[in-house]
Amino acid sequence: MNAEEPPLLSVRGLVKRYGARVGCLDVGFDLWPGEVVGIVGESGSGKTTVLGCLSGRVPADAGRVAYVRGDGRTVDMLRLDEAARRCLLRTEWGVVHQHARDGLRMGVSAGANVGERLMALGARHYGALRGRALDWLARVEIGLDRIDDLPETFSGGMLQRLQIARSLVTEPRLVLMDEPTGGLDVSVQARLLDLLRGLVEDLGLSAVIVTHDLAVARLLAHRLLVMRNGQVVETGLTDQVLDDPQHPYAQLLVSSVLQP
Amino acid sequence: MTVRYGFAYLDEQTKRMIRRALLKAVAVPGYQVPFGSREMPLSYGWGTGGVQVTASVIGPDDVLKVIDQGADDTTNAVSIRQFFARTTGVATTTRTAEATLIQTRHRIPETPLREGQIVVFQVPIPEPLRWLEPRETETRTMHALEEYGVMHVRLYEDITRHGRVAQTYEYPVIVDGRYLMRPSPIPKFDNPKLDRSPALMLFGAGREKRVYAVPPWTAVKSLDFDDHPFEIEHWDRPCDLCGARGAFLDELIVDDQGGRLFICSDTDYCAGRRAAAPPAAS
Repeated sequence: MNAEEPPLLSVRGLVKRYGARVGCLDVGFDLWPGEVVGIVGESGSGKTTVLGCLSGRVPADAGRVAYVRGDGRTVDMLRLDEAARRCLLRTEWGVVHQHARDGLRMGVSAGANVGERLMALGARHYGALRGRALDWLARVEIGLDRIDDLPETFSGGMLQRLQIARSLVTEPRLVLMDEPTGGLDVSVQARLLDLLRGLVEDLGLSAVIVTHDLAVARLLAHRLLVMRNGQVVETGLTDQVLDDPQHPYAQLLVSSVLQP
Repeated sequence: MTVRYGFAYLDEQTKRMIRRALLKAVAVPGYQVPFGSREMPLSYGWGTGGVQVTASVIGPDDVLKVIDQGADDTTNAVSIRQFFARTTGVATTTRTAEATLIQTRHRIPETPLREGQIVVFQVPIPEPLRWLEPRETETRTMHALEEYGVMHVRLYEDITRHGRVAQTYEYPVIVDGRYLMRPSPIPKFDNPKLDRSPALMLFGAGREKRVYAVPPWTAVKSLDFDDHPFEIEHWDRPCDLCGARGAFLDELIVDDQGGRLFICSDTDYCAGRRAAAPPAAS
């Protein structure tokens, strides 16, 4: 990482309130190309709110989210017009939801799900679309014979992998993941984490991963943000935060992890 | 007491309002313009949109033709034609070539249209994305941002399941390279007639309260894939009455033994061909 190049994503002073309640308050961090930042904290700490504000799905009340596009121009995601924002979300960004059903079209085949973004961007060759879909299904380790099956027939782990294929097919530079392993059993989780790690390395992805599972954070993230009550209480390198937490809440979090 | 109607039944303010909506529609080809649909003396689903559009554009010098699935003589076509004859005094005809204004339900005439003609289509559901996205707020945003990927996903699914696109009527089109449009339930056979037609095409949906338009000489392209191009229907036999090939044929069961005839859906086209050159006895 070259310290002189600007961060890919630069968040400053992000604020989101739900009436009198605070969603997130004065959240800020930087993300460099190829880096994975994890956001950890208990339920209700504002992790998902931060992710929502970054992608623009949830309108933020204040702050600045500076993103450097592929063409080198910097844009503020919070002030971008709707058309440009949606286009960016379809091309350079990827979003992986906690529940795979939120990120997939359950009524169309797996191949159509993977190919949708390409079709939205103007791909008009059926054979080529199918080829790309097969390629990505192989990469996320879904059997190629499932390409025409409806996602209804997939298991939870397969749904999540299909969702990952669907968002990565346009080779985005930044991926937002909300609890990607939530609700999956341990062995499936392990496979998924392996896959994610491999993809992040192979594609040079930058990612912001929200999770309440510290093991996932340790495995995937280079740096961590610990959130509590909507504010960032500690930040640093992953092993630094997990092995030597400074803030009392971070210490509580680390010490609470059950050892099997 | 005799009831007197305004010219073409509608009052002047209503006609003005609809004309303004139509001008907007012509200015932005394929874009659905909302309008204040009035109560008409026919139920929703029977052509109220088409009748309102016709009533707004018809003038005393027009010659009106009304067809229903290509035929001038169905109950509804006759009924609407008589309605306009009574409320405007305008001349009516069954000959496409003689008409200046043609109101149609679900077909475009076979006879090539010419400059100066207006075709008014009756539309049940104007929104092409309706069955893919039920929320009106979302479909309006999709049109505004030109986000039509979901329609191509639908076509992809058709090809995956059936080997070809299964939609044979109301086939979605892109107008002037911009808006996705539903061309009313015309068979896909008629879609090529929309492309760069010399006539003005107006579409009226009364129940949904939308009008849209395709101005003359506008590009209208049916959606397809590069390796699965758009194709129209073909019959392997000519019309049994006039011998036409390359016209849209209806299948008629004529007796209890299952005997059937294939005859032109466009009654004027068929009658014209028979009058001009009676087919050889077979």
